[in-house]
Amino acid sequence: MRRYFGRKMIIYGITFFLAVTIDWAIPRFMPGNPIHTMLARIGQHAEGVEAMYTYYTKAFGLDLPIWKQYLNFWNALFHGDLGTSVFRFPQPVSAIIIKAVPFSVCLLIPAILLSFWAGNKFGAFAARTKVLDNTVLPLGYILTATPYMWLGILLVWSLGIVADIFPVAGAYGFNLAPSLSWMFIASLIKHWFLPFVSLFLVGFGGWAIGMRNMIIYELESDYSHYLETLGATRSLVRKYAYRNALLPQITGLALQLGVIVAGQVVTEAVFSYPGIGWLILAAIQNQDYFLLQGCFLIIIIMVLIANFIIDIVYVVVDPRTRLGMMGG
Amino acid sequence: MIEKINIEKQEEIDKVVAAKPKKINEFLYFALRNNKLKIGLAIVLFFLLLTIIGPFLTDYELNTFSVGPLSAPPSSEYWFGTTTFGQDVYTQFVYGLRATFIVGVIGGSLATFLGLIIGFTAGYRGGIIDELLNMLTNIILVIPAFAILLIIAAYLKVRGIVTESILIGFINWTWTARAVRAQTFSLRSREFVDMARISGMKPFKIIFTEIAPNMMSYLLMAFILQFGGAVLFAATLDFIGLGPTQGISLGLMMNYAVLWGALQLGSWWWFIPPGFAIMAIVGSLYIMNVGLDEVFNPKLREF
Repeated sequence: MRRYFGRKMIIYGITFFLAVTIDWAIPRFMPGNPIHTMLARIGQHAEGVEAMYTYYTKAFGLDLPIWKQYLNFWNALFHGDLGTSVFRFPQPVSAIIIKAVPFSVCLLIPAILLSFWAGNKFGAFAARTKVLDNTVLPLGYILTATPYMWLGILLVWSLGIVADIFPVAGAYGFNLAPSLSWMFIASLIKHWFLPFVSLFLVGFGGWAIGMRNMIIYELESDYSHYLETLGATRSLVRKYAYRNALLPQITGLALQLGVIVAGQVVTEAVFSYPGIGWLILAAIQNQDYFLLQGCFLIIIIMVLIANFIIDIVYVVVDPRTRLGMMGG
Repeated sequence: MIEKINIEKQEEIDKVVAAKPKKINEFLYFALRNNKLKIGLAIVLFFLLLTIIGPFLTDYELNTFSVGPLSAPPSSEYWFGTTTFGQDVYTQFVYGLRATFIVGVIGGSLATFLGLIIGFTAGYRGGIIDELLNMLTNIILVIPAFAILLIIAAYLKVRGIVTESILIGFINWTWTARAVRAQTFSLRSREFVDMARISGMKPFKIIFTEIAPNMMSYLLMAFILQFGGAVLFAATLDFIGLGPTQGISLGLMMNYAVLWGALQLGSWWWFIPPGFAIMAIVGSLYIMNVGLDEVFNPKLREF
């Protein structure tokens, strides 16, 4: 067990190291001087540009030797210093990100868990049921092929603007101040609902199809046939098949995390939901590179943590991995 | 001894050669009877045709402002209506479709190709090379590809559709590599591969003449999935404003529509077609993929 997790930790450690290095290296080794690019896009008076140029050269530490820049980057990182935001000037990037993380997490975690649970149950139920297989599963394929932002746009337009049932932007009413009142919580839930539904639906389609395809393999395998010939009921055979089919789905969840994160970014962009995704959009539109680099790091860290949790869940769910670990 | 092996080998080759046309016939027999494959293929071909002949059917220049009234609904003059700036939406749509197919083909084939090369090398060589490539694959699998593209694209000043496709290809190969490695691993210890090795074939040749043909069906399906993945990925990048800096794509159309108030103005003709086309193309590809799976794998056929 220690060996298994040790190996995983090494992979995650290297990944984190590489990610930070990429985050550091890309602005420095991309063609063109990032500061010039940034200032050219902002386009200000000559004096202002001059002052900003010196400020950014110092802020990036570009006047130092390259190895020192790299060490400084790590040092600042461990002190939680991700630089200063341009778009919300004197606020530090880390403070802006910390405020955005809860919104993203409260959107992502329920959407991932519920769509995974419901999709798998439904896929297992629909497989080899002629009517469902031929009507509902095509729908699953359509859902999983739907671009996240398009589903979001359709929901905002139909339920938000045309029907005027749900709010179309923000995480709570603009006239409310964050407080622990029922009105505020109701407003939070109302704003949360549509982005959640759009993330949930796309995920649901994917898991349902994945499970349907997996469980067909399991239902055709020898142990299922053996159970059937012994006279086991249909639901008992399915129960065993489901357990086996769930394992690759859990691995699939780890592989899908990147796609889900990307989907969440565009969903937040459509709904102007103030999480990390919306920050990324704002950072791109305002050429706020410090903020963008900070968002990149926080995404990497969240995905690494999620991967680690999935590793633990896998070991808990599949007794064979534990057996293998004891033996080896 | 070697002669005997060669004779056996020759016999085997003869058998394979004799069996080949039959195999293709069998493939066509089941392929033509598979509705999922037929419907999926028909939809993809329809959009491909539209991409090729669509641009000839429009009188308007791409992205020219005020070719028509502002925010006009679809009419016989402007098939898909016009944008807030009076651009013709149909023209944007057919050129956007072209970008989608370019991204799918370049991004999808690059990702499949890299996945193949890395998967074959890791699976066939084994040992330390396998360990290293496996580690590389695992690391790139864990880093969300989107985040890397985000940071690279943000610093690229001029981005074209081809650049975007290549970036996507270089990042999306990991799961194909993983699957190809696993299959190569199980194939490389089979007798026919041993035989090829004894008869002195070079590893490169063994991989491509002995191992790869056994995975052909799988490779075709991997390419289809990579194609769909690349299209969705590009749409995501384009939508947040990191797509091509000039020209048009379906993702950019949705980006512009949201930025310039199509939702508030109710210009549904501006944002519905691009998303619908992506959904239809990628969805059909996925359905085709299930169809192919059923054609290649008798166990999955409906009964």
